[in-house]
Amino acid sequence: MAAPVNRNRRRVGDGARTRAVLLTLVLATTAVALIAPLAVIFSEAFARGFSAYAEALVRPDTLHAIGLTIITALVCVPVNVGFGIAAAWAVTKFSFPGRNLLLAVVELPFSISPIVAGVAYLFVYGGQGLFGPFLQAHDIKIVFALPAIILASMFVTAPFVVRELVPLMMAQGRDEEEAAVSLGANGFDVLRLVTLPNVRFALLYGAALCNARVMGEFGAVSVVSGNIRGQTSTLALQIELLYQDSHVLAAFAAATVLAGVALFTLVAKYLIERAERAREERAPPRRPGH
Amino acid sequence: MPRLRFAFPAGAGRAPRSVIPGFRLSLGLMLLYLGLIVLLPIGALLLKAADVGFWGYIAIITSPRTIASFQITIATAAAAAVFNAVYGLGLAWVLVRYEFPGKRLLDAMVDVPFALPTAVAGLALTTLFAKNGWFGAPLAQWGIQVAYAPAGIVCAMAFTSIPFVVRTVQPVLEDMEPELEEAAATLGASDLTTFRKVIFPTLFPAFLAGTSLAFARSLGEFGAVVFIAGNQPFRTEIVALLTFIRLEEYDYAAAAAIAVTMLGLAFLMLLVVNAVQTWHQRSALGEG
Repeated sequence: MAAPVNRNRRRVGDGARTRAVLLTLVLATTAVALIAPLAVIFSEAFARGFSAYAEALVRPDTLHAIGLTIITALVCVPVNVGFGIAAAWAVTKFSFPGRNLLLAVVELPFSISPIVAGVAYLFVYGGQGLFGPFLQAHDIKIVFALPAIILASMFVTAPFVVRELVPLMMAQGRDEEEAAVSLGANGFDVLRLVTLPNVRFALLYGAALCNARVMGEFGAVSVVSGNIRGQTSTLALQIELLYQDSHVLAAFAAATVLAGVALFTLVAKYLIERAERAREERAPPRRPGH
Repeated sequence: MPRLRFAFPAGAGRAPRSVIPGFRLSLGLMLLYLGLIVLLPIGALLLKAADVGFWGYIAIITSPRTIASFQITIATAAAAAVFNAVYGLGLAWVLVRYEFPGKRLLDAMVDVPFALPTAVAGLALTTLFAKNGWFGAPLAQWGIQVAYAPAGIVCAMAFTSIPFVVRTVQPVLEDMEPELEEAAATLGASDLTTFRKVIFPTLFPAFLAGTSLAFARSLGEFGAVVFIAGNQPFRTEIVALLTFIRLEEYDYAAAAAIAVTMLGLAFLMLLVVNAVQTWHQRSALGEG
């Protein structure tokens, strides 16, 4: 946790002039680099009033894209939460050879370009891919359809929940679980009654981040979905299609939905962090040194 | 019936040193998911690229258009990383050392690029920097073009990687002991000298790790860049886009070869970041 700023000591950079210059520079850059992009989305979307915005948003193809995006998130987020819990349980409650290697593999999707991920999926399930001939012979459609969108989204978001859980569960150790087991609890009870309540905020935040990324994924999905208008176009792809077709207002209207999800995620993070701080103040950490 | 676990070296199949159940189930689920979702596609990509053969691979990678796209991508990603190194360090410093109204809000804003979809970011940046945009119009008067030029790629890459330096430097700056600075001040060092000789060296491993993460992320960025870049071959075409174009042309061999090269570059960056982070952790431990 952050050490409280000590006001009694004068530290480097505390001079009035340094402070003013640094603060001005950083805040000005933030206004240009972070606030302006957010502001321009809403400013453009509402440039011609609310009714024009609403009309631009409820186009049938945009609504279809929103539906597709929600379905994808409804599948990906629970699966990744389940995987995240299982993976975090395996690597934090047990020590075994190759544990660090596994953790590195979990993180792989973060360093791989979404385009590369999309191409890789084509080479598994596409016509030219590993399983392509088999899938074609059995008339199973994965690529350029919903299954590929879901699979590619799972790839890019696989690390999100694990990454939030592992450091926390590592720090909490195994004592409570071991105590529960010695009292006769079975594995699922331990998970449900001991482990998950301890990490619920991290789990929530991981799921929220995963959700935002699934809904906004562009590169990987644009490769495997085929981006067919009104059919396999998710909301992020729909924004590009609308923009290319010069339906700028409709593109910005669609963008406000995803920007809204992003802002919601950040607010959720803020609330979760506040709740965590409050919990820590109520019950000081048990471990000395932390 | 012989139990399977005896086929493995000691400890590999058992839950080692733990009374907690669920080792096989959780590890099994993890391996199954990683295998199906992460490793299978990477393996298929490598297999496809191997089809091209060594000389075929070399021919694709050394074609002028591929080389140009790699040069553009690496140069713009480096520029974006430099921007974020400076801005990120300043942002972390302000967030840790100063109290001011709106500090909490600024801290929350840092994560905007992670939560905001890249396509939305690309759309917003393109509008800002277009000839009649909020930033594009004044810049055009100075004769500076950002949208549909290499500078636009830098903007898009810089935006999407803003959080990396801030979030790696911030905790190190928070943990820094005031005694070090006081000792330097007692010895008569100015603020600038103390920063240069005491503070920055302590921050440096984290700073370098964050900057390399930002660079690595920028190398693969696609969504934000395709909106603003203009996508002209030899001028504003990034590697990710070229891969995508080769796919659309049904040139699967070239797409596989370029994608594998990007994968290799990502692995290389991963090694660099890991090495820097190990150094960072070791030096953090050394500081006590």
